[in-house]
Amino acid sequence: MQPGMNSKDMSIIRMNCELYDQIVQYAKEHLPEESCGLIAGAIEGDSKTIKKVYFLENVDHAEDHFTLDPKEQLMAVKDMRANGYKPIGNWHSHPSSPSRPSVEDIKLAYDKDASYMILSFLTAAPVFHSFHIENGAYEKEDLRVFNEEYYF
Amino acid sequence: MIITVAGEKKEYKEGLSLVELIELEKIDMPEYVTVSINDDFVSSEDKETTVLKEGDSVEFLYFMGGGC
Repeated sequence: MQPGMNSKDMSIIRMNCELYDQIVQYAKEHLPEESCGLIAGAIEGDSKTIKKVYFLENVDHAEDHFTLDPKEQLMAVKDMRANGYKPIGNWHSHPSSPSRPSVEDIKLAYDKDASYMILSFLTAAPVFHSFHIENGAYEKEDLRVFNEEYYF
Repeated sequence: MIITVAGEKKEYKEGLSLVELIELEKIDMPEYVTVSINDDFVSSEDKETTVLKEGDSVEFLYFMGGGC
């Protein structure tokens, strides 16, 4: 975290486990390639609630790199607007590395307002974290996956 | 003239260039932003010379990619 960075880390990002399960399922189906998409939802003050996950083509079709398709990105942005959702960020998978931004992830994080979510399959159980990336530094965000009864 | 920027209608001067709009909209790191006008993507070469017209709908999309 850079000194003076306007941290967004105090905000809470809530994600229903059904959406999380969708990401895990989709990413598993696309192994060994990285998979990717966008995240949208409601933003109220410091609270963000994910309402919809978008599954976009990784135009790189690579195991160690991803690029969102701009055409699909545009369609997703329009869909968000039509549904009254705000863009919250993006997600991608790391098939064999940890759930933390890589050097390339940090270098290519141009949108300081976005949350960058990473699903790792390094371990038997997938690990999913969200990060704020700005000025070459990153910080883990308070992402809470929940069902109607509890957070985990 | 009225143009739509990221879904919001705004009034700008006639003959506004895309470069001017990027400045007015305070787009950070525009070199990493893909621009679409009326759903057509603007090539890097055309960014400097594109002039907007009444009724155009403009979207700014940050490049999103990375590695592991």
